[in-house]
Amino acid sequence: MTYTPATYDDLSCQELVELVTDYLEGAMPDELRLRFERHIERCTGCGAYVEEMRQTIRVTGSLTVEAVTAEAERALLEAFRGFRR
Amino acid sequence: MEDEGELVAALRAGDEAAFKQLIDRYHASLVRVAQAYVPTRALAEEVAQETWLAVLEGIDRFEGRSSLKTWLFRILTNRAKTRGMRERRSLPFSALESDDGAVDADRFRGPDENWPGHWSAPPRAFPEERLLADETRGIIEDAIAKLPATQRTVITLRDVEGWSAEEVCNALTLSETNQRVLLHRARSSVRAALEQYLEDEA
Repeated sequence: MTYTPATYDDLSCQELVELVTDYLEGAMPDELRLRFERHIERCTGCGAYVEEMRQTIRVTGSLTVEAVTAEAERALLEAFRGFRR
Repeated sequence: MEDEGELVAALRAGDEAAFKQLIDRYHASLVRVAQAYVPTRALAEEVAQETWLAVLEGIDRFEGRSSLKTWLFRILTNRAKTRGMRERRSLPFSALESDDGAVDADRFRGPDENWPGHWSAPPRAFPEERLLADETRGIIEDAIAKLPATQRTVITLRDVEGWSAEEVCNALTLSETNQRVLLHRARSSVRAALEQYLEDEA
């Protein structure tokens, strides 16, 4: 069967996009989670949107962060030696 | 030294290698968290350095009721907040009040159309092969850099550094709900920036 928005209209797409993080974080009451899941199964746009959020999170996880600078480390180790004296 | 108890004992004994290990593990994160509260990178660095001194002074009294990491970031956050107020910075969490949607309203059908609130221009998921390009990562870095400070801190800790929600709540003294709201805003902005970039290029 073909689904039209009418079949999942108890949650609009505009409402759904604001709930994606609650969903991915597992912070949703069961009843809402079922409506959410029913919606993304039937609505290609929202299915794609949730997939884009997962993709975004995955690629963000591949970024590297700046480490401690040599200068800061030197200063801290010096402070450490001074502190222990 | 992986075990936290061992690290604490070594630190109390004045073991420089243990201190260096902690600095390598946490200093850069301390600076990033401090930047959520103070206006400049230099001040954030200063607050992080003060935090280490407070740790050295307090390590004998550390009872291990929380993890060392939690304790460390609590000290940092308290200091950074005090310093932030002294620098007359407005409350960092005012970012919570913004009410911009995760997606531009014009992507959805208006109130006078059929099925209001449903997509008029639906997304299509990103092409996998382009996601891992260096340039794509650069777009994400730029998008994160442009976020309000607290959103930037939350998404960096959660999604880049891989902290748990609980660790972020503890370090920033945020409620679970506020942590999630900040993460949601941050992730939504980054997704939107990616979408715009990948569509412009297509």
